[in-house]
Formats: sequence, C-alpha cells, structure tokens
Amino acid sequence: MEEIIKLKEVIEAALLTSSKPLSIDELQKLYEEKIDRSTIRMIIDELVIDWKDKTLDLVEVASGYRFEAKVKFTEHLMRMNPDRAPKYSRAVLEVLAIIAYRQPVTRGDIESIRGVALNPNAIRQLSEREWIDIIGVKETPGRPSLYGTTKHFLNDFGLKDLSELPDIQKFEEQLNLDLSDTQVLVNSVVKKSEDQKNTDQESYEE
Amino acid sequence: MENLSINPNLQAKIHGELIAEFPQDLYIPPDALEVYLESFEGPLDLLLYLIRKNNLDILNIPMLDLTNQYMAYVDKMKQVKLELAADYLLMTAMLIEIKSRMLVPKPEAAEEEGDDPRSELVRKLIEYELIKEASLNLNEIPQLGHDRFATENYFHKVVKTSFPEVSIDDIFDAWHNVVKRASQFSSHQIDRSELSVREHMSSILRKLENEEQVLFEDLFLKDEQPIQKLVVCFLAILELSKEMMIKIFQQGNNSKIYLTKI
Repeated sequence: MEEIIKLKEVIEAALLTSSKPLSIDELQKLYEEKIDRSTIRMIIDELVIDWKDKTLDLVEVASGYRFEAKVKFTEHLMRMNPDRAPKYSRAVLEVLAIIAYRQPVTRGDIESIRGVALNPNAIRQLSEREWIDIIGVKETPGRPSLYGTTKHFLNDFGLKDLSELPDIQKFEEQLNLDLSDTQVLVNSVVKKSEDQKNTDQESYEE
Repeated sequence: MENLSINPNLQAKIHGELIAEFPQDLYIPPDALEVYLESFEGPLDLLLYLIRKNNLDILNIPMLDLTNQYMAYVDKMKQVKLELAADYLLMTAMLIEIKSRMLVPKPEAAEEEGDDPRSELVRKLIEYELIKEASLNLNEIPQLGHDRFATENYFHKVVKTSFPEVSIDDIFDAWHNVVKRASQFSSHQIDRSELSVREHMSSILRKLENEEQVLFEDLFLKDEQPIQKLVVCFLAILELSKEMMIKIFQQGNNSKIYLTKI
C-alpha cells in the first residue's frame, strides 16, 4: 500500500534538509510530473504561516527559499558557533558597498570613489567569500575587469535582489545637511555619478 | 592666534609643555594622532572628518581653513614617520590647486555654475560619504553565518541497492562446505564473548583493512573452530553485507567467493 504523502510535506522536508536555498525550479524536481509553479508558491505561503510560531522561519532570498532560525535565538546560536564567518574591515566594506551600489565597476572606479589605491586583499577576501565576481571587462585600454556582486551575496544578506539594498540616498538625511540646499546638490551629485556610469556603460556595451 | 586670559595659577600642560595660547587649528598629540590617522581610510575620509568636526559647510567649503588643517595633519603624519600613502600627498596638491584658483579673481563672464573649483572635490566628498554610510549600514544587516543561521542538514543518502553480485545459493553452498569441515572437529567450551556478532564484524573489517580482498573460506579457516563460532562469523559477514560495509562478489558462477571492504 503506497503512502500518500502530501505535496506540502515533501516540500517541507526538502527545504528542511537542504544545505542551500531552493528555488521554485528546484522544488519542481521533487516529483517526476512537473508541479505547477503557482501550486508550489501557494504551499510555500502556507508553510510560512505554519512555521510562524515555531523555531524557524521560512524566508525568501535571492536563490530561493530556506529555513532560518528565528532571530531571537541568534544570541544562543552564536555561542555554539565560535568560528563564525568574519566581519570585515571598513576598507573591505567600502569596496563591497561600491561594488554593490555602483556595479559594474572597475578597480579604477573603486579607487576613484575611495580616493585611495585599492588593496588587492580586499578583492581577494570578497571573492573568497563569493560575494563578488568578475562579470565582464570594460572595452577601454587595458581592458580592466568589471566587478559585480553575486547571488550568494544577496543570500547572505537576506536580500531577494539588488533593489532591496538600503536606499543610499536616505543616508544623506542622516548626515545633517541643510536639506534645502542639499537636495539640489545631492541630486546633481547622484545624477552626475549616474551619468558618468552610463557613459562608461555605453563605452563598454558597444 | 587668540590670547585667552589665563589664570597664572592654573597651568595647562600637554606633554609637559605649557599651553600659553589656545591653538587655532585642531591639535592632536602625536601619539593620539598615530591612532587617529590609522583609522582614516584615506584623504577623503580625513577631509570629511575635518569638515564635520569643524562644522564646515560642505556646500561652501572654506578652502583656506580646510587646506591648512589638512596640511597640518599630513605634516604631523610625517613627523611620527608614518608611512604616508601617496594619495594623501596627492590630495594636498589638489587642495592647494583649488585654493589657488579660488584666490585668483575671475572675470564675471567666466563665472558659471559648476565652474566652482571646489565642485569636483565636493562631488567626490559627498559620493564617498554616501558610500561610507552605505558600507556601515551594510555591516549592520544581519548576515548569514554570523547573525542568522540556516538549516544545513543532509538527508540520509540511500545508496541505490545493488543486488549482490553473488547469488544466495552460492553463499549457502560455501557455507555448507564450511560446516562440513567443521563437523569433523569436536566442539569445546567457548566463552559467551566469543559469540558476539559485533565483535566478529569488527575483526572481519580489520582483516579487510590489510588485504584488499579476502576469500570467503579464509575467514573460517582457523582449525578446531566450534560450529557456534562459525555461525556467528557467518552472521557477521551477512550483517556487514546488509549494512553495505563489505561487498561479496565472485568472478563467475561457481567460482570462489571474495569479500572486500566498501
């Protein structure tokens, strides 16, 4: 007598035992006959509710869905994991922020924004962590590599896509500038940076 | 330099030196300076610090003031013999250039918006400041492996059951041969411990460590083994096979049976 396993249970088991996030595409592989994407999405919504009061949360990240311990347990779980992933120096974080917000960027772009020579160590650490990758080359003399962030980066920060990065323009408000003058200047600064980026983009997209 | 009226009975000292006047520029003792400067990421970072600390208007930077302060810092850096990044010196040159251009009176016709010699510097400063804030903000986001923990389990990987390459009949035939030989020997007292299937399993595995494959019969070859021991040994072999820890195989039908470790 064959056990009729509910689709929901299979998906739950798959997500609980996966070592990485599972996308809808991957979840479709659980059965020989292809399951409707909307059905899977519906089941995931149900699971999110099912687990609302339990110890884990079913969250959506860039690469798909996965179970994570609820935030209230972080304090305890941290003690069990003394070899945690490292937090990085300010320099590395600035490089990461530049790549995340201004990608694709070259080494020269990064140096120009920070005003200092780029320490190759920063790039190495971020590559090792699989947060950045070379996503192309700029069609200018020297053909410098273009850096961008990876899906892994989004997963680790719990973001679904780049648009979920904190709004960079909001920071200006925190920096106590006189808003009336600032807004005009910030807009022109941001616009000029965007223009610069776009003209750069044109030169290597051709 | 401002002269503050100082109560001659009070003596303010820094590093043993009397302060007679209130320094106009920011003064940081060299030791503290070393610490300070190591925490700057570069000339833009330092400039931002000076601007914010002195409440200078970033949209209307007093270039003389800022340049002087910046250069004072750079000089101090040289004094403490810190390895100065070339970028700091480059910035010094840029600041002086901007300052000079501002001092030169311009004909009114040339005065346009965006012709402010400071504008490029201001643009760079603001952009850097935004990135700096963004990076600090990024660091605050709960990160996986640090503040967030996800499931990392694995499911029991069930190896596809491959049927033994030996037929069950062959195994029984081999077993019968073993028993036939054993019946020729008389039984004797044996300890209970010698009948442990687990122990036999361990000793068989140990044998297989040293030799790549062992003949089925060789595992029973010890002379004068009582039938009970043989049975336990046989059970151990079957158990090991069931647990996928050994493989029983033969070259062809009715040929010798071998065991090997998986």
